[in-house]
Amino acid sequence: MELHPVQSTGPQETFVLNLGPQHPATHGVLRVKLTMDGEFINDAVIVAGYVHREHEKMGENRPWDQFLPNTGRIDYLSAMMYTHAYVGAIERACGIEVPPRAEYVRVITSELNRIASHLVWWGAYLLDLGGMTPLLYAFDDREKILDLLEALTGARLTYCYYRVGGLAEDLDDGFVEGTREFVKEFRPRLKMFRRLVSENIIFRKRVEGIGIIDAEMCRKYGATGPMIRGAGIPNDVRRAEPYSVYPELDFEIPVDPAADSMARYKVRMEEMEQSLRIIEQCLDRLPEGPVMAKVPRVLKPPEGDYCYATEAARGRFEVRIVSTGKPVAHRVRLRTPCFGNLSLFEEAARGMMLADGIAMMGSLDLVIPDIDR
Amino acid sequence: MSRCPDNLLERFQELFPAMNMEKPAPSEESAGEEDGADAAVPPPPPPPPCRKTEHAKVGYDLDAIVEPHQIEEAAKLLDHEGFAIDMITAVDWPDAEQFELVYDFMHFQAGTRVCVRTRIPRDRPEIATLAHIYPGANWHERETAEFYGIQFTGHPNPIHLLLPEDFVGYPLRKDFKPQPDPLLEP
Repeated sequence: MELHPVQSTGPQETFVLNLGPQHPATHGVLRVKLTMDGEFINDAVIVAGYVHREHEKMGENRPWDQFLPNTGRIDYLSAMMYTHAYVGAIERACGIEVPPRAEYVRVITSELNRIASHLVWWGAYLLDLGGMTPLLYAFDDREKILDLLEALTGARLTYCYYRVGGLAEDLDDGFVEGTREFVKEFRPRLKMFRRLVSENIIFRKRVEGIGIIDAEMCRKYGATGPMIRGAGIPNDVRRAEPYSVYPELDFEIPVDPAADSMARYKVRMEEMEQSLRIIEQCLDRLPEGPVMAKVPRVLKPPEGDYCYATEAARGRFEVRIVSTGKPVAHRVRLRTPCFGNLSLFEEAARGMMLADGIAMMGSLDLVIPDIDR
Repeated sequence: MSRCPDNLLERFQELFPAMNMEKPAPSEESAGEEDGADAAVPPPPPPPPCRKTEHAKVGYDLDAIVEPHQIEEAAKLLDHEGFAIDMITAVDWPDAEQFELVYDFMHFQAGTRVCVRTRIPRDRPEIATLAHIYPGANWHERETAEFYGIQFTGHPNPIHLLLPEDFVGYPLRKDFKPQPDPLLEP
């Protein structure tokens, strides 16, 4: 892969610069030990683990369903998709058929969650690049989603709304109306966001052609989500390994072959548009019926090894459960997207200017607890 | 249409033909359903080391059990076929005195997932690193090493990733007992 073309020529004198663990650009508690040659990054070493909570061990020492609230706290910005993967894995293992209404509601809430997550990224990323205004606009719209989901689930961020076999509670009419209204209002807002930011010349100079992460690098590091789609490959778990009712829905997978920070930006902006399409379709087709399947009181998945992946806002989130037929898991493995996405930073940042490195790191859309678990 | 290309299954079978199958795991093989394509292989009592599985039932398309020394070869084959690394992890089987190492690979275009497993003895947990084939394996192996005490020989940077650097013990082993906190002792 091609590194950024600018190269320094001065004497080989370097210094170490600590970025973090408390630094606004890392969006959490992450430390990057940079060896700098003037303004250029010679070497970057990620020091992670500051918010490690040993979720995987917690999965092994409590009943299957009691681990569910934990999954919403790994990536606190896409709790819906994360709980979906965990309940999905157990449903797959036990062969539980989820009622269609529950699956549609899952998709609606997941996509709302995805928009909210992308809005946080959008605001925070532009804040990294020096623009204060977009954050305020983004949080204005995000607030509406949080209100909707709060009325439905009781939580504003760490939702635990899905259950093994369905949902905790059914929708009410207020949610359906509120969501329709939000979709109607948000479309023109999204257009306005584009006019406000995407064409801005200062922004474009910071991101276009900078932070190239090509498809081969994504493959070698296991980077997924907007990273791989921003490198021109239409890989999306919702299509590649269909789950829930996504196969029945009509939506596109946005891709951009440029593989730079701008490409990842554009992919996420387009994804919000597609999420709106999905929500509209689901609301139109929302079937009547129960939202909970018949599920045994004590879950004992049959012996075996099961995986279930969902497309979270940052990429592929996958749960691998190993069951020995007991009411407690033998092993719960959480494959989080940010782990793979960040692991390539050390290689990708080499030779970049510090300010560009920050712009690239922001385009990875990191959530630190997702890496540390 | 099969999600798992036939030639991949064949190449796995070619690469690892005469595998001693007395050791495979007691429990976790029973889950996946046998595919018709395996009918040609002489049916031994334990499941064949390489078999197709149904994605909708277990979440992966090919399940291959290899010997620990073959893991590099398997990774090279999958790398050549254009697979991406998905995750590396371990499962502790204290009753069998073994660690099961699970390597997952995925294909971005086809959506195929391949799961490669191997078992190493619990008292001598060593296996070759894949970091030179997939640089992304670096972090996954560091994580597996610190939580299970498995040594990845040839690993470029074998230090703790998520745990504090002075942490003692391997928390995901089944017999792990946390050290008492000296500050909380009476």
